[in-house]
Amino acid sequence: MRFSEAWLREWVDPPLDTQALADQLSLSGLEVDAVEPAAPAFTGVVVGHVQAVAPHPDAEKLRVCQVDTGDGEPVGIVCGAANVAAGQRVPVATVGARLPGDFKIKRAKLRGVESHGMICSAAELGLAESADGIMVLPGDAPVGEDLRAWMALDDHCIELDLTPDRADCLSVAGVARDVGVLNRVDVRAPSISPVPPAIEAALPVELAAPAACPRYLCRVVRGVDASAPTPLWMQERLRRSGVRPLSIAVDVTNYVLLELGQPMHAFDLARIDGGIQVRMAQEGEALSLLNGETATLRVDTLVIADAKKALALAGVMGGADSAVGSDTRDILLESAFFAPAAVAGKARSYGLHTDSSHRFERGVDPTGCAGAMERATALLLAVAGGEPGPVVEAAAEDQLPAPRQIQLRRRRIGQVLGLGLEDAAVEDILDRLGVALTATEDGWRATPPAGRFDLQLEVDLIAELGRVHGYDRIPVTHARSAATTRAPLEMAYDAARSRRLLLDRGWFEAVTYSFVSPELQRLVDPQVEPLALANPLSAELSVMRTSLWPGLLHALRQNLARQQSRVRLFEAGLRFRPDGDALHQEPMLAGVAVGPVLPEQWSASTRDTDFFDVKADVEALLRAAGCADAVSCLPAVHPALHPGQCARLERDGASVGWLGAIHPSLAAALDLPVTVQLFELATDTLGGAPRPAFTALSKFPSIRRDLAIVVDAGVPFEAVRATVRAAAGDLLRDLVLFDVYVGEKIDSGRKSMALGLILQDVSQTLTDDDVAAVVDRVLAALRRDAGAELRA
Amino acid sequence: MSDGNAPDLDALKGSALKAIAGADDLAALDRVRVDYLGKSGRLTAQLKALGTLPKDERPAAGQAINRAKSELQAAVDVRKADLERVALEARLATERVDVTLPGRGQQIGAAHPVTRTLERIEQLFANAGFGVEEGPEVEDDYHNFEALNIPAHHPARAMHDTFYFPDGRLLRTHTSPVQIRVMEHRQPPFRVIAPGRVYRCDSDLTHTPMFHQVEGFLVDEQATFADLKGVLYDFLRNFFEDEALKLRFRPSYFPFTEPSAEVDVQCVKCGGAGCRVCKQSGWLEVLGCGMIHPAVLGHVGIDAERWLGYAFGMGVERLAMLRYGIDDIRLYFENDLRFLRQFA
Repeated sequence: MRFSEAWLREWVDPPLDTQALADQLSLSGLEVDAVEPAAPAFTGVVVGHVQAVAPHPDAEKLRVCQVDTGDGEPVGIVCGAANVAAGQRVPVATVGARLPGDFKIKRAKLRGVESHGMICSAAELGLAESADGIMVLPGDAPVGEDLRAWMALDDHCIELDLTPDRADCLSVAGVARDVGVLNRVDVRAPSISPVPPAIEAALPVELAAPAACPRYLCRVVRGVDASAPTPLWMQERLRRSGVRPLSIAVDVTNYVLLELGQPMHAFDLARIDGGIQVRMAQEGEALSLLNGETATLRVDTLVIADAKKALALAGVMGGADSAVGSDTRDILLESAFFAPAAVAGKARSYGLHTDSSHRFERGVDPTGCAGAMERATALLLAVAGGEPGPVVEAAAEDQLPAPRQIQLRRRRIGQVLGLGLEDAAVEDILDRLGVALTATEDGWRATPPAGRFDLQLEVDLIAELGRVHGYDRIPVTHARSAATTRAPLEMAYDAARSRRLLLDRGWFEAVTYSFVSPELQRLVDPQVEPLALANPLSAELSVMRTSLWPGLLHALRQNLARQQSRVRLFEAGLRFRPDGDALHQEPMLAGVAVGPVLPEQWSASTRDTDFFDVKADVEALLRAAGCADAVSCLPAVHPALHPGQCARLERDGASVGWLGAIHPSLAAALDLPVTVQLFELATDTLGGAPRPAFTALSKFPSIRRDLAIVVDAGVPFEAVRATVRAAAGDLLRDLVLFDVYVGEKIDSGRKSMALGLILQDVSQTLTDDDVAAVVDRVLAALRRDAGAELRA
Repeated sequence: MSDGNAPDLDALKGSALKAIAGADDLAALDRVRVDYLGKSGRLTAQLKALGTLPKDERPAAGQAINRAKSELQAAVDVRKADLERVALEARLATERVDVTLPGRGQQIGAAHPVTRTLERIEQLFANAGFGVEEGPEVEDDYHNFEALNIPAHHPARAMHDTFYFPDGRLLRTHTSPVQIRVMEHRQPPFRVIAPGRVYRCDSDLTHTPMFHQVEGFLVDEQATFADLKGVLYDFLRNFFEDEALKLRFRPSYFPFTEPSAEVDVQCVKCGGAGCRVCKQSGWLEVLGCGMIHPAVLGHVGIDAERWLGYAFGMGVERLAMLRYGIDDIRLYFENDLRFLRQFA
């Protein structure tokens, strides 16, 4: 909503300057987006009278004009515009004038002829985007008068960014009412009196869809001069409201829309067959619209039709066939109420959005149709002449929004706002807002004005009280809540702990989009069909990730491209895995790493991060979550991971996550090094570990025995460990693997493992015999279960 | 004899002291000690020669020799300590390290500024008794719109550029659906914050299709707009670490709150004087809030006569931008290490 400050001040003129008025509007919920001058700065432009026009002796396209600028003697001005003519009143930039863009007018010779100033176009004065020729002023423009003053150009255009509930402020009248309420000053509405009919011509109206259109007014005006120029004052108000003046019939309806908020339409009466029908469209019915397009209508769409065809998209846009043209003589004016629910979303469904649809969707005062009709008739007659017929009104009273009665309880105002308001203050505010009040025992019975569709409930009235009284005047209080506090369980998965752990171990946290490119998604997780967006922003961001790896690998690649050689990124977020009709939205923690295990430094050997570096970080995460001992790491196959360096993490037989080196084919496809390592954990599966349980510390010394065994290369350490643990029994405090060796002195196909057994009893010092017995049991078990032999 | 002996002893002592002072390492000093004080040293030889003296001279001569012996031993000890100190100093000098060299090993990484900010917000609200709840990001129309009093074709829907799936589900456009999900399964009173990702089908210089919000809400038998102001004053002043930070509550509209407000803070960059960050207005819009609309409570079967509530929602990227001076929202999702490193 854009309007002229001067226009508003004609309605209501609070003692505030422009900035204060704009601030007040913003702080009352009518957000001011911009305050702009109605015209750019210029000086020295006066109204001139073109007395004579003669051809330029040396230039075919130039004329030499004699222009009276009020100094008595006419001055010679050379003008290149084709439309300049003797007798015109025109804006003249006199010598010494400054035009927008700091363009200074000097005496000049144009092809040998002296020019004392410049006749200006609207564009040169910043009053239009472009212009065909010079600006021609009305014949009564006072010669010699300063143009700025005469056109009252020292005005501002105020642009409001209104919330959808405040349709009542989509007009000068509506904004004026709010300004009046906020400042407790009276509003002066222009008086609108009925224009008596001069002729009997009228069209019958049939409301065939009364729920969608419960009120329709129309009026015939015959003998109109549709080519009459729109008065400059009206053009200026339209222009300052951001509406381009077109022709008098359209300008008058737009003017009334801006002034009163009632959208109107003017039809060429000659193009209407029979009476007006307000009906739903027939499926597939075609309507060529004013914007040059043809809409194929649906049955859910309300149209204004005559006996034969649709004439207009009700409340949205008129049809091209029945539009008023310059040769139109007889006009039918429309002023109607279309129910918001019936028109909501319709304009959009046809790819349209108009000033009318914007208002009708949000709610137009259903009682304002008649006033707007009289206002438009009077304005049209004053400019374009013609003879009005009677106003024809068709109404389905039972379908019109009924006046609402709302109980407003005194006590409730304080309960909601936390503010005590005097009865008198409540009554003053609501009265100025046009809310009719009757006192009741505990408050009031209130009837909001018909145009305030946002005032439906008691709390809506309370909100208005808070708004007008001022949110800044509501106190700041600190109430105690009866709500209990709920702390997380001790052994619940702690996402913050995991994040800190990774940060402290040298990882960087990424946040990647939840939607990824389908190609990348398919490369990483080809077995799952991802959920695709119906309206993605781009193909690159069109499917929901089923793993955090695609986004992380993308980020990794971007960083490598930016000369980062060591990248370790992790992310916490949901993955989206479709499963039949169900969708699992699972919180994950995932990471990708490539490059040296340590940042480059002066005193540590560099080595690329490998499987076991990342495994250590994953083990640390599991340890911090308390579930490390319950999770096993098993060789497995994943399409994104190297088949020989891939592990599935399991807890109680269920998958907890994956860990591994990137599959060389995936690395090749993404142009990534093969040394990329990845992990992913389903964090929902990590919680609920048993909380730590204390066991008494032994008072007796521990004893360590080291064993070097040789087993087949394929024997996993996990099997060795399980065997040792089972065989060693309770005395085994700890088992350390301190070397794994393959090579010289070891048969091919075999490997050596060096184990440290730490033994301790809780009730006595172990003897050599005790220790020897344990070691014998362990060796025997390893021989039997793992094919192990002692290394020679 | 004694006349002749005394100068001998003095001369011997003098040459010994000279030799001790001249010994410039521990080995040389030891050689001097052996030479004079050892079993066959020169002073020891004098002791041994005592027997050749007349009996009445022996005690005095013996005493003189012993005195000289003690003096020399003391001189050796002092010299030895000196030499040892010098030797230690020399050794320590060779063991000097350059303490300005960096430490060895792994270095810490850095949190993402958005989660860093989220964690801070959660902490501040946890202190005020708010628990954290999360909800799905793929939502249904009911929870994202309908239950929040935004029916189909409501003009407010146009403000949410929504990502849809072919079956009608959508990516939540705000964290407000978590309000509904919590109220569906919990009985008031409660106070909750719901942080998380939200999505809007919009991408330009100042918008990314995904961003983060924190929703907060309280439902209780007593809850007023004034209390809401109290909670937000506390939060924003703590968040910006400015006990005098000015706030401005502007009436606004959200279908799920009534009354509704947008909250501005005095520009944290210029202090309200007007700058590029606040577009010369002196104020920064940081969150939206209001009293929970009775229709929303009605949707989840909470008696809106008995229970009142307030809710608020804020954009995390925006708060992080103001806090850390980040000037381009798109940087958040590029995950450039040069950017992330700045938030260790």
